[in-house]
Amino acid sequence: MLLPLLLHLLLLLFFAPLMPGVITKTKAWFAGRVGAPLLQPYWDLLRLWKKGFVFSRTTTWVFRAGPVVGLVIPILASLLIPFGAMPAPFSFSGDLILFVYLFGLARFFTAAAALDTGSSFEGMGAVREVTFSCLAEPTVLFALIVLARLSDGLALQNLFGRHLAQAWLTMSAPLGLVVVCLLIVMLVENSRIPFDDPNTHLELTMIHEVMVLDHSGPALGMILYGSALKLMVMGALVVRLTLPFDTGMLWLDLLIFLGGELLLAILIGVIESIMARLRMPRIPQMLIGTTLLSVFALVLTLR
Amino acid sequence: MPILWIGIASLLFGLSGVPGLCLRRNGGGGALLSSLMVLAGSISGSFGVIRALQSGSSSAWQSPWSVPGGRLALEIDPLSSVFLLPLFLVFALGALYGHGYWPQRDHPESGRGLRFNYGLLAGSMVLLLVARNGVLFLLGWELMALAGFFLITTEQENSDARRAGFIYLCATHTGTLALFAMFSLLGAETGSLAFPLAGTLATSGTAIFLLALGGFGVKAGIMPLHIWLPGAHAAAPSHASAVLSGIMIKTGIYGLLRVTSFFTEIPPWWGWTVLILGAISGIFGVAFAIAQHDIKRLLAYHSVENIGIIALGVGGALLGRSYHIPQLVLLGLAGALLHVINHGLFKSLLFFSAGALIHATGTREIDQYGGLLRRLPWSGLFFLGGAVAICGLPPFNGFISEWLIYLGLFQTVQGSPLPVSLILLAIPTLAMIGALAVACFVKVFGVTFLGEPRSEQSLHGHEAPKSMLLGMAGLLVSCAWIGLFPTSLAPLLSSAVLSWSSIPTASLSGPLSPLLLVGVCGWVLLSCLALVGFWLWRRSQNAPDPVSTWGCGFSFPSPRMQYTASSFGDFLVRLFRFGLWSERHGGRVEGVFPAAREFSSHTPDTVLDRLLLPSTSGAAWLFQRIRGLVHNGRVGLYLLYVLLAVVVLLTATLP
Amino acid sequence: MDHLSNFCLLAVVLINFYCLGSARLGACIQAVALQGALLALLPLTEHGLSGHTLFLALAALAMKGGFIPWMLFRAIREVRIKREVEPLIGYVPTLILGALTTVAAFIFADYLPLLPEHLGCLFIPVSLATLGTGFLLLITRRKAITQVLGYLMLENGIFIFGILLSEAMPLMVEAGVLLDLLVGVFVMGIVLNQINREFSSLNTERLSALRE
Repeated sequence: MLLPLLLHLLLLLFFAPLMPGVITKTKAWFAGRVGAPLLQPYWDLLRLWKKGFVFSRTTTWVFRAGPVVGLVIPILASLLIPFGAMPAPFSFSGDLILFVYLFGLARFFTAAAALDTGSSFEGMGAVREVTFSCLAEPTVLFALIVLARLSDGLALQNLFGRHLAQAWLTMSAPLGLVVVCLLIVMLVENSRIPFDDPNTHLELTMIHEVMVLDHSGPALGMILYGSALKLMVMGALVVRLTLPFDTGMLWLDLLIFLGGELLLAILIGVIESIMARLRMPRIPQMLIGTTLLSVFALVLTLR
Repeated sequence: MPILWIGIASLLFGLSGVPGLCLRRNGGGGALLSSLMVLAGSISGSFGVIRALQSGSSSAWQSPWSVPGGRLALEIDPLSSVFLLPLFLVFALGALYGHGYWPQRDHPESGRGLRFNYGLLAGSMVLLLVARNGVLFLLGWELMALAGFFLITTEQENSDARRAGFIYLCATHTGTLALFAMFSLLGAETGSLAFPLAGTLATSGTAIFLLALGGFGVKAGIMPLHIWLPGAHAAAPSHASAVLSGIMIKTGIYGLLRVTSFFTEIPPWWGWTVLILGAISGIFGVAFAIAQHDIKRLLAYHSVENIGIIALGVGGALLGRSYHIPQLVLLGLAGALLHVINHGLFKSLLFFSAGALIHATGTREIDQYGGLLRRLPWSGLFFLGGAVAICGLPPFNGFISEWLIYLGLFQTVQGSPLPVSLILLAIPTLAMIGALAVACFVKVFGVTFLGEPRSEQSLHGHEAPKSMLLGMAGLLVSCAWIGLFPTSLAPLLSSAVLSWSSIPTASLSGPLSPLLLVGVCGWVLLSCLALVGFWLWRRSQNAPDPVSTWGCGFSFPSPRMQYTASSFGDFLVRLFRFGLWSERHGGRVEGVFPAAREFSSHTPDTVLDRLLLPSTSGAAWLFQRIRGLVHNGRVGLYLLYVLLAVVVLLTATLP
Repeated sequence: MDHLSNFCLLAVVLINFYCLGSARLGACIQAVALQGALLALLPLTEHGLSGHTLFLALAALAMKGGFIPWMLFRAIREVRIKREVEPLIGYVPTLILGALTTVAAFIFADYLPLLPEHLGCLFIPVSLATLGTGFLLLITRRKAITQVLGYLMLENGIFIFGILLSEAMPLMVEAGVLLDLLVGVFVMGIVLNQINREFSSLNTERLSALRE
């Protein structure tokens, strides 16, 4: 009981910052640059860890609660999902709702912390964050319904269980659509291109990055770390869905899972390199289109 | 005898305002006495409910009655208990809160009437919840409606309050009319006006169901029938709004559940109707809430949303009975009932803290607030707790009930035929309602409590008095209790479901068992947050002196540049413009050096202000025209009417 | 082979959604061309390789995937329009309507009295969904070009339905249908040119000025 939990947490905590590193490297490679070293996110975190704080005199304790919730939630949520073939350490019937709502809690506090600074800029980011997630949430639930229909339980452990390999043979169409939908939701929720641009802080078009503009020092580090963890946790779902192999050997399973996560990071890097950010009014349309795709996937499984 | 204790509670509640009426206007003695009586009533009532639950069997009392249509019958069963428990808690805390919020010396005109009607509302509600006779039920129902009307019009000098009260009176009496018809039909079926036992009525009952849905739906505020709700809850004093919104509208849900429990067979379309109405109420309730900038109107629309969530659970349970899925019945109804309790708690908490805001600043306009967490730290904390709970986020109670409803709806996911599995479409709807609620409460909490004060009033805001804070604290603790110890209510819920519909007891224990783990998750979440938060707090102790927030490159940033409630909601309001029809005035900026511009937006209620009032005023105009034609003062014409009437009567009576 | 045709049909539905949601006329034409090309594959995957199916596939590919899109591209180049400016109903509502149509098509197809071998296959629902999408495009868009696209999509839906029957249908009928389509598009093209010359715009709403 304790050992798998420890392994789960260690994997998450130590592997997650590598993913943004891989994404940046891929983008640099596409642009013909050398780019920052792969391990740069680790160094960044270490640097921020050592720094001090700067607070605005407008802020209250809510401003400090934002990063705390943003860091704790992905860690807890990771305990509910399987990492590749490794089972989830904590699983019960209906934990899929808890998984979704935990991220809702994180969103609440991140957006509230943004409003706490009293800056119109961060208010803008908060609006966009909560608005777009309203449109992304139904997609997630539709995707989960499709997966639940193909499985035999209501725990994420069952939904992403070993039956997926079989299901790909008979139900490839809905599963393929679900993968696309989850990938898009992952891009939205982790504020990647084409929905958001994580690299520019100072444009009026950004979402997540403007919300965390006034954080500094270890708090900023917690936010960066939290978003890396979130990327890995959400990525784990997509990876498990696309590579549903159970070899029975721990090291091979691990290798498949981590390899999948790295491939996913490279894929995100490629998407970010070849696509431009969508215009703001297009994003809701895109998200509603994604929801309709997931509805279509559900219709295919209902027949 | 538990029912006796509850009867005493009802009497104590109902009479709690009477001594105050006889005492002096300016003295505080009447207020104190009435609060003590409400408190005593709550304690006696809770004692009765707990005794009844412990004994396991329902406790009843009957006596002959001179009114036609059966005997005077009272009974307490688990279904009534679910509605009674939050009632006792919230009314007691509300009385405490009222001491600080509406003190007799500040309101010599209205204070005594407010207290009298407050007690009457509580007493009549207890009566109707334990009544087992149609006449007695309607008696309680009418008393409740009238007490509610006087609570809404407490500030009679205010024209908004009078208008809201009038609309409420019209709506509630339309509903009562439907209920009169419903109870007569029911009486014709069973032969007496006493309530039949659960599951004993083997008729189709289409008309009964439709009348019940209409009559109880008006009270509950299901979407197209919600017209009275936003205005009324905004106009009443905050603790009265809290009990109106948190407790009174639930009697509609209670009535619907009580009536549906009579039938042996439930046709599927009943469940579908309730489910669809629930989805509409949920989505549009919260969409309207986002568009509001009056804090109490906003909270009132959230009541519509939460009634929608409850209706989703009830609809699921009805469908579970039609399609014989016991887990769906159990989880759907248990979720709906728990949400009834939860909404009573967190909505009252939110109205209480909104009252603290009004107490501190004297305005209900969200755009006038700002930066109040520094000035009202405790009220802000309580509001935050209520906001997290109403959004259905862990670790508070809202999550538990929404989780149960979700899980119930998910029961149809594997291997059910097509029409049944369409129930699944309610799940993403519920998810969207949740996400919209998060958006709305981020807006309210952020704009109200965070940032810089936007007006003079909120700059000089002050914390609420102790009695108000104590009332809020009690509610927050109960919210957290249900969220962290959800198993403590599981036996009550499952026995309530059993008293509504007899499902096989074998399916009772399994589906509810993960509640323990959900509670554990809440504890883990809370302790992790506390740990990391404590660490960050320690680390930030030696931070240098605070600086001002970066002004986005603007040289003279002012609090007016912050995002307001309207601008925060604008994106979502525009997404929902097909149902909201917001009015927007001005805002167009022209030229290179634009002059000062004004922009305002306003979202009236679509059903009331755009549909009902125009059509009624159109009808009034039409009738006026007709009256002008037939009632024109010529004597000959009136004689013609007499002649015509005689002829018509003669022809009608001829064989 | 079943997998391949299912895949094609899924892609057809996705293209339906794409056309409803996209504002760029060029992209829409390309999408409809791709849809036509995918449909051309279907006779082969469904009935195997024979002279009859090969002719049908080649004719459909040439017509739907090649010639008509080429003509449409020429048309938009001549009249110099790039995007549908203001549809009568917004993109999101049409998308939602399209999804509802698709769902309804899938549900409706289950209740049709079909041959046992056609039960549960994707042909019927996809054909109904494509028909519906074509209608939606015709109803909701202003520009004449998009309406031609809607017309094409409508025909694609009929084509999918026809594939199930192509064993039983004489070659001449199919050829006739394709010819019909061609003539239809030709006529539309001529009309387009005339509208453009007369009103210097392709908004069909202007035509309502002709009602007297």
